[in-house]
Amino acid sequence: MIETYVKILSNTCITPGIFLLRFSSPGLAAEAKPGQFIMVRVNDGIDPCLRRPFSISGTEEEGVVRVLYKVVGKGTEILSNKRAGDRLSVLGPLGKGFDITDPGQHLFIVAGGIGIAPMFFLSQAVNKKAVTFLAGFRRSDEIMDPASVGIKQDISIATDDGSMGYHGRVTDLLEQEIIKQRDNAIAIYACGPLPMLKALSSISNKYRIPCKVSMETFMACGLGACQGCVVRSASALDQISYYHVCKDGPVFDINEIDWDNI
Amino acid sequence: MTINPDISVLLSSLELKNPVMTASGTFGYGKEFETLFDLNRLGAIVVKGISLKPMKGNPPPRIVETPAGMLNAIGLANIGIEGFLKDKLPWLNTLNTEVIVNIYGHSINEYGELASAFKGVKGVSAIEVNISCPNVDKGGLVFGKDPEMSGRVTETVVKNTDKPVIVKLTPNVSDITQLAKAVEQAGAHALSVINTLTGMAVDINTRRPRLGNISGGLSGPAIKPVALYMVYQTARAVKIPVIGIGGILNAHDALEFMIAGASAVQVGTANFINPRATIEIIEGIGNYCIEKGINKIKDIVGSLITARQG
Ligand SMILES: Cc1cc2nc3c(=O)[nH]c(=O)nc-3n(C[C@H](O)[C@H](O)[C@H](O)COP(=O)(O)OP(=O)(O)OC[C@H]3O[C@@H](n4cnc5c(N)ncnc54)[C@H](O)[C@@H]3O)c2cc1C
Ligand SMILES: Cc1cc2nc3c(=O)[nH]c(=O)nc-3n(C[C@H](O)[C@H](O)[C@H](O)COP(=O)(O)O)c2cc1C
Ligand code: FES
Repeated sequence: MIETYVKILSNTCITPGIFLLRFSSPGLAAEAKPGQFIMVRVNDGIDPCLRRPFSISGTEEEGVVRVLYKVVGKGTEILSNKRAGDRLSVLGPLGKGFDITDPGQHLFIVAGGIGIAPMFFLSQAVNKKAVTFLAGFRRSDEIMDPASVGIKQDISIATDDGSMGYHGRVTDLLEQEIIKQRDNAIAIYACGPLPMLKALSSISNKYRIPCKVSMETFMACGLGACQGCVVRSASALDQISYYHVCKDGPVFDINEIDWDNI
Repeated sequence: MTINPDISVLLSSLELKNPVMTASGTFGYGKEFETLFDLNRLGAIVVKGISLKPMKGNPPPRIVETPAGMLNAIGLANIGIEGFLKDKLPWLNTLNTEVIVNIYGHSINEYGELASAFKGVKGVSAIEVNISCPNVDKGGLVFGKDPEMSGRVTETVVKNTDKPVIVKLTPNVSDITQLAKAVEQAGAHALSVINTLTGMAVDINTRRPRLGNISGGLSGPAIKPVALYMVYQTARAVKIPVIGIGGILNAHDALEFMIAGASAVQVGTANFINPRATIEIIEGIGNYCIEKGINKIKDIVGSLITARQG
């Protein structure tokens, strides 16, 4: 884990409101695992002052790191105005990523919206043949095509409004696909908005399929020092306990989280 | 021209190689920052507040950013004294820097027990007593806002320890000098000024508070002018050394506090923004001394020139 100033190679809008940032950091690129994240300082001033967490969305040869982000507020707005050649302070790689050592299972990668960012890196890192990649978006104009970020991977798309691909939620599409793959050993790795993760929790339990999810919370340090980034853990006997998303996660087994009290 | 200024400071009997410490709750137990810089260069590490029993802390969200700062309602989540002594202190002791333990109790007795538990413990250089955290219902708030209770906590800790006692004051009072004097009288060896300022933030779309706990403690650059004035007032009211805390981001900020009367400083929220902030501050203080021809950093403490003094 390092803290360093990097030089931006490119920072381009790939679909309205979504940007692909590329910077050079051989140290970070070598260490990064899918599901891990970085804390980015978007400006040298004090407003905003805290760093912003972003998943690592991929690495390229010669130490290039990719971040795919959505403009949602002040920090991401400032980031979107950066140009090639600008400097940026990044801290990472942080957290525990996805376990990609188990090749025995057919892997379902499920992404919702900008949650696709870490999943591009995941699909880049795992054996392509045994993967089904499903991604849900609200509308067709929000779709992030893997080709636009330089990844060769077939994706099945679901849109809420039916403007492209499967008409409905990506978790419904997932259920159809699970039924088709019944005879195979299956695992689900996912990242997306809370309602999607909650739906996955039911699916995972219904079909008894192991499932790992990447979580998001507000973070101040990203290092396990401030204790600010907690989620309730699923524990017996109504005992309240918490996980630190930055250190214990951001990737968790879906059964580790208390989805009713999140 | 001063080539090699002496930037060491003395807080009662506690000698620090430089005046820069990490503030409690913003630097974990040190190890979290291990790979980011040489921790041995720090004046001291003040660890996360420790209670007798482990505490789980408040429901999320626990933090929210506000202009030039942040609110936190961590609720003093910590691993408890046993966990600290077993899992954290041995590693901290491998470092060549002072370790200051920040303690937090729910009753005067608990403060006493905590102080006793560190009696004779090797590698703990001083005790910092948090009587001011605004986050836990039955918490330090009660003690820290009342000069008499603050004095009693201080007395109890001093009686039960063999280490220098630093008492950390809350800014959420009408006159901080009253507290400072009461705590000094009760035997404190130094004061830490300030803890966070109580505040809140509201989400106008959901009409809910942005923090699970409703209120939280404000920290970061936004509180610096308030903290600076409180340090100035406190340093003039007491004879014991004052440690300046609040929104310090760089050497310039740290020097402001020292000129206003702080014998040393603690850096909190800045560790999140720039994990190397402490090191840059130590270097900046050294450079300032060289530039200004100051031999000893001690000479600038409380060196503020006001119109009244001419
Ligand atoms: C581990 C992790 C990985 C992430 N990876 C990515 C990624 O790859 N791409 C991406 O676009 N975003 C990612 N996010 C979310 C991203 O950090 C936030 O969108 C960003 O911090 C918002 O900053 P802002 O200043 O623009 O928004 P603000 O002005 O601070 O807030 C705008 C809105 O965004 C929400 N928001 C703010 N911070 C967070 C946060 N930390 N998590 C979730 N929502 C937040 C706020 O509630 C608010 O509704 C990740 C978050 C985490 C914790
Ligand atoms: C996330 C967080 C946790 C904190 N935890 C503690 C604590 O456990 N004990 C304590 O005495 N102060 C605690 N503080 C207060 C800081 O030590 C410091 O007094 C305050 O943040 C002001 O300094 P700053 O503006 O440099 O952050 C905490 C502050 C923050 C931001
Ligand atoms: S963000 Fe600070 S502990 Fe997780």
